[in-house]
Amino acid sequence: MATKSQKTAEAALNSFATGPDDRGFFGIFGGRFVAETLMPLILDLERAYETAKNDPEFQRELDHLSLHYAGRPSPLYYAERMTAELGGAKIYFKREELNHTGSHKINNCLGQILLARRMGKTRIIAETGAGQHGVAVATVCAKYGMPCEIYMGATDVERQAPNVARMSLLGAKLNPVTSGAGTLKDAMNEALRDWVTNVHDTYYLIGTAAGPHPYPAMVRDFQAIIGNEVRAQMMEAEGRLPDTLVACIGGGSNAIGLFHPFLDDKDVAIYGVEAGGHGLNVENGHAASMTGGSPGVLHGNRTYLLQDGDGQILEGHSISAGLDYPGVGPEHSWLKDIGRVSYVAITDKEALEALQLCTKLEGIIPALEPSHALGLVIKLAPKLPKDNLLVINLSGRGDKDLFTVAKHLGMKI
Amino acid sequence: MTKHETRIDARFAALRKDKRPALITFVTAGDPDFETSKALLDDLVEAGADIIELGMPFSDPMADGPAIQASSQRALKAGQNMHKTLQIVRDFRARDQATPIVLMGYYNPIYVYGNERFIKDAKAAGVDGLIVVDVPPEADDELCLPALKAGLNFIRLATPTTDKERLPAVLKNTSGFVYYVSITGITGTAAPVVADVHNQVKRIKSSTPLPVVVGFGVRSGEQARAISKGADGVVVGSAIVSTIEKSLGLKGEPTSDTRKRVTELVRELSSALSAD
Repeated sequence: MATKSQKTAEAALNSFATGPDDRGFFGIFGGRFVAETLMPLILDLERAYETAKNDPEFQRELDHLSLHYAGRPSPLYYAERMTAELGGAKIYFKREELNHTGSHKINNCLGQILLARRMGKTRIIAETGAGQHGVAVATVCAKYGMPCEIYMGATDVERQAPNVARMSLLGAKLNPVTSGAGTLKDAMNEALRDWVTNVHDTYYLIGTAAGPHPYPAMVRDFQAIIGNEVRAQMMEAEGRLPDTLVACIGGGSNAIGLFHPFLDDKDVAIYGVEAGGHGLNVENGHAASMTGGSPGVLHGNRTYLLQDGDGQILEGHSISAGLDYPGVGPEHSWLKDIGRVSYVAITDKEALEALQLCTKLEGIIPALEPSHALGLVIKLAPKLPKDNLLVINLSGRGDKDLFTVAKHLGMKI
Repeated sequence: MTKHETRIDARFAALRKDKRPALITFVTAGDPDFETSKALLDDLVEAGADIIELGMPFSDPMADGPAIQASSQRALKAGQNMHKTLQIVRDFRARDQATPIVLMGYYNPIYVYGNERFIKDAKAAGVDGLIVVDVPPEADDELCLPALKAGLNFIRLATPTTDKERLPAVLKNTSGFVYYVSITGITGTAAPVVADVHNQVKRIKSSTPLPVVVGFGVRSGEQARAISKGADGVVVGSAIVSTIEKSLGLKGEPTSDTRKRVTELVRELSSALSAD
């Protein structure tokens, strides 16, 4: 953990947006902690991504797909009734749930599938929690006619039935993972085992801004379109930048995508919302790696983890399958330690209440993941002045969660 | 890189004299429980193991197949942790001064224990070497260099994907021996192709004076013998922990068969390697 003097030293940096370093570190976080079999692949990937990033043709192709396939830019919508109800900050929704496939996940998948094709890979694997990333991967694989296998925890397969059906329809092979608690971390273990076995032809399309370098930086870059659009859209709507940003954090890809273009705008207050589950005081009852965990090394990077005193990883809990991951992207861990972003936790109950409020006031059913971010907005907005421009990233739509929500609210479907 | 000779160096020197490849056996510390695990180490030596690889159990063993995953889970369920793992080594070392022990596992339990403290306590307990699967040469300053400085061997894995450009980086700070991973994959799954393994071992041996041993997917005496030609030793892990698993009672408790069957398997492996 960063000491106070470290914090002061790092806060004196000219920019918060230049990381990672050439070994993939954000401060002490990140890096490349993988088995030797994978090291040459990860170094290859880093080179291929650097080349692609600087190739105008790659960017042109991605822009074209974003416009015509994903449906970007996503709107920045003024949530008038929610604003009136909470009586404080002026609330805007960044409507990532309107993207093709229903979440921000498509942004990253389009970028990585283009990269995989450039690298001559012929088989795609991925992990998924809520199934949003799995659906996005299956979608781009269908579009490009590439075989894909998705690893998904058996518990998640059960609680995310609609997304399971979508992936199958899209032609993906779904591999339910029964090891551990059968959730996202176990799915990621199995995907890594597949990759290490099929290194010659397989591309691992990681869905969040975590894993070994270069994934955290690459996924962030592909998601930064969210924040870049918000800058332009807010300038157009209000003639200035927003004052407050809020996003939910599992691995943290939608959040880093929104935050990153604003890190050097010191007047913009930034909040990341973790899954508080049953509450941070309930042992193994939450998935808040940063607000309720400690630094460690898992899945290729050093970052905050949910773990016991012996370094064994805990499963965590959240009502939202997309947030119950025991780690978090390393850039978030760094931003927490240097104090640039405030990280807080919202419980299952608060998220459920926020989901209902948003649905009733705005006619938008958010996914359980961004409902955590909405949960913070409900607490935060009333305390802020009316001219405070607040943007919350509505990272996914709630259709996939209807069964879970109905069950918790005692409704019959 | 270490100048002074370790137990591992001494053991390989003795084996070279005998013109015999090393039999390196892997078990997970605390599997199926603390007491049985302690006794199993003696059984391994008694049955002919030359070096013991002792797994530090981890909740998320990403490079391991089902057999070693299950073994790690059994150990953790029985209450194993890093302190107890070092205790097993300390107790063994009081009884056996010669057989090298290599701790093998993943970085996180070490990192959480504290790298410096871990190296100091491991050395004091009588550990001779470390294999940490997810700390590549790119991160040598974190654990490898301090371990070497403390007089521990740091054993690196080379794999079929370690090409000739990368091999020097892998070998640079390796000591004790080089562990060649015979397949691209996880432990205990596919069987290695013997001819490929021989070529790769030859390639690695031409770049280092260190002994080169082969592991991942070696299950029987016959296979061990074929694989060991041209190499300095073979590692058997999944086959042993599977044998432990199969010997357990209905509630996962050790039975009178547990130690017996492990002993039989290791004896078979040992005699296959000695028969020349």
